[in-house]
Amino acid sequence: MAKWSRFNIVSVILGFGFLYLPIVLLVIFSFNESKLVTVWAGFSTRWYAQLWHNQSLLDAAWVTIRVALLSATCATVLGTLAALALVRYTRFRGRVLFSGMVYAPLVMPEVITGLSLLLLFVAVGLDRGFWTITLAHITFTMCFVAVVVQSRLLSFDQSIEEAALDLGATPVRTFFAITLPVIAPAVFSGWVLAFTLSLDDLVISSFTTGPGATTLPMKIYSQVRLGVTPEINAICTILIGVVAFGVLVASIVTKRRELQRERDERAAFAAIG
Amino acid sequence: MARIASAIASRLVIIVPYAWLLFFFLIPFFIVFRISLSQTVIAMPPYTPVFDLAGGLSGILEGMREFSVDNYVWLTEDVLYFNAYVSSLIIAAVSTFLTFLIGYPIAYGMAQAPRSIRPTLLMLVILPFWTSFLIRVYAWIAILKPEGLLNQFLITIGVIDQPLIILNTNWAIYIGIVYSYLPFMVLPIYSALEKMDHTLTEAAQDLGCTPITAFWRVTFPLSLAGVVAGCLLVFIPAVGEFVIPDLLGGSETLMIGKTLWNEFNSNRDWPVSSAVATILLLILVLPIVYFQNVQAKADSEGR
Repeated sequence: MAKWSRFNIVSVILGFGFLYLPIVLLVIFSFNESKLVTVWAGFSTRWYAQLWHNQSLLDAAWVTIRVALLSATCATVLGTLAALALVRYTRFRGRVLFSGMVYAPLVMPEVITGLSLLLLFVAVGLDRGFWTITLAHITFTMCFVAVVVQSRLLSFDQSIEEAALDLGATPVRTFFAITLPVIAPAVFSGWVLAFTLSLDDLVISSFTTGPGATTLPMKIYSQVRLGVTPEINAICTILIGVVAFGVLVASIVTKRRELQRERDERAAFAAIG
Repeated sequence: MARIASAIASRLVIIVPYAWLLFFFLIPFFIVFRISLSQTVIAMPPYTPVFDLAGGLSGILEGMREFSVDNYVWLTEDVLYFNAYVSSLIIAAVSTFLTFLIGYPIAYGMAQAPRSIRPTLLMLVILPFWTSFLIRVYAWIAILKPEGLLNQFLITIGVIDQPLIILNTNWAIYIGIVYSYLPFMVLPIYSALEKMDHTLTEAAQDLGCTPITAFWRVTFPLSLAGVVAGCLLVFIPAVGEFVIPDLLGGSETLMIGKTLWNEFNSNRDWPVSSAVATILLLILVLPIVYFQNVQAKADSEGR
């Protein structure tokens, strides 16, 4: 094993410092007593207390959470199906178009996705609001789920599926009894990813929203335009905390389940051999 | 019976996501294109009606006669749009290059790290990607302001005595894009470097290469696929970026995502915004298709 040279250590540390310093500063200044976000004037949690009295903010948070829960769940189902279609069916009519439609949204500028979805909703005469935001979020997050699940499916040992089929299980039964439990950690991290992407989205939500449906990022954006305030820092800190906690729990759960499965598989092979 | 049910189920695996993406991803682009050919009117929705399907074929033909390329003519006449496209491409290209310069050493350092801490490092690179884009851009305002934290710091340690003006310039946009998209650059390069066989560089060095020549002649070419994927993942969304130029850029900063947003939200000119989006999409079609090929190739190799 090559040793970890000083140059490499320094570049990793500098890189991570660059990635984390702005977020750390934002969190620190959310506890600032002063209304100025750049001058430290002592520790205080008053900006957090103030948030609880901001009804429109709480309403926006509630809309955002509902959209994220609903869209992440639908996107996980659709994204998992898309991943299965891509990995298990290497030949079907229009496969090139299909894989293109799965990958393109990953890089598509959000203004284009947002505008095109809005024009679709107007063309079919759908009332804009909660449901249109949810549909838009399902569409762009399902592709991220598909990519996450697909990479798990590619490293999947297909022989155990074939064994189940040989033993007479139907493909549907095989999927629920064999495939799904194995890919479950990836499906779960796909869900978490879809949830946070939906939670964070500003541009696509702004295009597809209607009267009465304001999400938290839209609220934050309209306040940021008026200037930097410790109150926004406080909301952002809460959001960062929620996401960091979710990701941490997700990664621990995933890790545990994968270890458990590896142990089971080894035990099974030992029993056979 | 079960066999038929299974056959239907296996069809559905393809059909359901396929139909969803056709309806919510592909068809909307045709609607955007169609509306870019219609006239602006003061109404809701603010454009002349899209052809009436109830009118059948004759209705569609009737609608086609009303197609107008006025919006595209308008885009070519106003130099503002041309400048916005060009400056978006330049800003995205410069930022992509800067992201590469910063991202490569990080990815390289991670790939050289002891195997036991690599998953933790990987987790640390991915984590900022989960926190809101908007929040991460917002965090930079307080840092880059003339009276902000960066200037306070630099003045305190005596590097400068006048605050640097960074916020509301293109530099702030570069910093914002590099910062927001860095994980997209680091991850593909890291995964290319991590897969690499270390005996190759050892062989090169045994045969007389210096470590630096070995890097340029062996390591770097082998990581090129990751570099290309990373650059596309940064460049394509950066061209259409809205939040970063809007919050960090100045009033003179022209970027097409911002122009489209203003055309749509402030001027309420849907046909012109559709034309702007159509041309943006045409500009990006080549890099997007290239990206899809890179992805599809990576998948078939993973098989």
